[in-house]
Amino acid sequence: MVHPISSLIKNSRFAVEATGLIKHFGDNKAVDGVSLNIEAGCIYGVLGPNGAGKTTTISMLSTLLRPDGGHASVFGYDTVRDAHIVRQLIGLTGQYASVDEKLSATENLYLFSRLLGLSKKDARKKSADLLESFDLMEAAKRPLSKFSGGMRRRLDLAASLIAQPPLIFLDEPTTGLDPRTRLQMWDTIRQLVASGSTVLLTTQYLEEADQLADRIAVIDSGQVIAEGTPAELKASIGIAALELQLRSRDDAGTADDIIRQILGIDCHISPEGRITAPLADPDLITDILMAFRTHQIELVEVSVKSPTLDEVFMAITGKEKQKPINA
Amino acid sequence: MEINTIAAQQLNKRPTVAQTIQQSLTMAYRGLLKVRYTPEQLVDVTVQPILFTLMFTYLFGGAISGNVHNYLPIIIPGILAQSILTGTVTIGVQFREDMGKGVFDRFRSLPIARIAPLAGALLADTIRYALVTILTFTMGYLMGYHPLAGIKGIMLVSVLVICFAWCVSWIFALAGVIGRSASSVQGISMMILFPLTFLSNAFVPANTLPSGLQWFVKFNPVSHLVTAIRELLNQNVIGMDFWLTIAGGLIILMIFIPLTVKAYMRKA
Repeated sequence: MVHPISSLIKNSRFAVEATGLIKHFGDNKAVDGVSLNIEAGCIYGVLGPNGAGKTTTISMLSTLLRPDGGHASVFGYDTVRDAHIVRQLIGLTGQYASVDEKLSATENLYLFSRLLGLSKKDARKKSADLLESFDLMEAAKRPLSKFSGGMRRRLDLAASLIAQPPLIFLDEPTTGLDPRTRLQMWDTIRQLVASGSTVLLTTQYLEEADQLADRIAVIDSGQVIAEGTPAELKASIGIAALELQLRSRDDAGTADDIIRQILGIDCHISPEGRITAPLADPDLITDILMAFRTHQIELVEVSVKSPTLDEVFMAITGKEKQKPINA
Repeated sequence: MEINTIAAQQLNKRPTVAQTIQQSLTMAYRGLLKVRYTPEQLVDVTVQPILFTLMFTYLFGGAISGNVHNYLPIIIPGILAQSILTGTVTIGVQFREDMGKGVFDRFRSLPIARIAPLAGALLADTIRYALVTILTFTMGYLMGYHPLAGIKGIMLVSVLVICFAWCVSWIFALAGVIGRSASSVQGISMMILFPLTFLSNAFVPANTLPSGLQWFVKFNPVSHLVTAIRELLNQNVIGMDFWLTIAGGLIILMIFIPLTVKAYMRKA
């Protein structure tokens, strides 16, 4: 479905085009050359750990921060030069609730509607409509301090949708939510795209990006380290991690060679002789195990795990987060 | 999800003046709504005028003017000036607090005039100043203060002090915009406010003071405000100090509007 505002837009193909975005806070290179192209009408996931630069990137794209270098445009409008136009095209749901804690849900939505230029009557109607579609009717009059985390996020999202912006930023929309509420939030996000909006969401969870996003950018230390569809990323990262515990540490060198030959990827060997390797094709396990038998390498334990974010990073950057590489 | 389309029919490069005013008024309305949930925000402009009027009148009345009744024409204008100026500090502290909250990020991402949150806060505060004025005059009336100037004079004085307070609030708005935290803004503001209000002729006649202090008291704009109020209420005279007060207010605006707006725009 095409978004109703698309006829007014300069560039309706790309919702976001960012080139070499840089933002430094003193010595901290929060964002260090991020480039993104986000096609209109898709869900784009930005995946990365805490402090990777996700929020800073969103802040620059949503005109809250001025980039130190590079430039970004939203539907063809520069985020610095045409900031006021960009703000008419976006909705921002921050990581922490960007609603007024001291006011009720109705009052929050009413005030934001009035600020967006709705008449008093329309603002009241809009607030009531949004409260209903986000299942917040019964809590409408209560001050926000009495809201649960899930309700607060829903209100936050509702507030971003008042003007029906064609581009919606969701900064970690499900962090801290219980599994059931998270699933509800996922449904809501899918509905947004069905109504023609483009969604840029950040997340720390691989699973979330996998479930929702059409394309994913993996970001670490302020840089995009991988980009593609979930399927492409999985192919390059490995959908699972193979873990092998060697009986003897002495076999580590041979085991390393075998795995590199079969998987084409460097693996990680801990001092205790535990091998971790990203695994794209589970069928290759058989080859590895057969090669081990041929070389008389004995194993204590074999397991295949879904990859954690740490392992994704290990696979892409060739280093393990926090822990130094073992020689 | 059924939502009727109300998205802008055209994209605007910048907000119009009419939009800016409407958005500032909405922000002022937001300030008033918040007072409903946290009425304790009004303590400084309600309890203080009542408490100070009672306290200072009975404490100093006998010593300074022989009796309480003779002291009222001196102290009521003094208390009015002091209370209303204390009320102006709040804008800085509250605005600092507001800017640190998540909701401020949303304001900054909305297609609204950048100045609207600040303008709204300044507008909402005039209600607080009106409250101080009404309460102080009511207390004075109950204690037996019936100014010669009558209701017309009271109205004129009210307009004068509320406008002057609004000018002064720009100073503290600047402190709020550049301050690191709400509590540091509070500290700095009080440091400015205490000497200005107490080292004036608000509570005691200046001629009893040492000469250096007398000099400061004479130049202190608060003294001019207090004198202007006294002349108006007690003698029904618009004197030199009335005009000096207006000039003082305008000078404050000329200096602090550009400073505050510039500092604020850098952050907004």
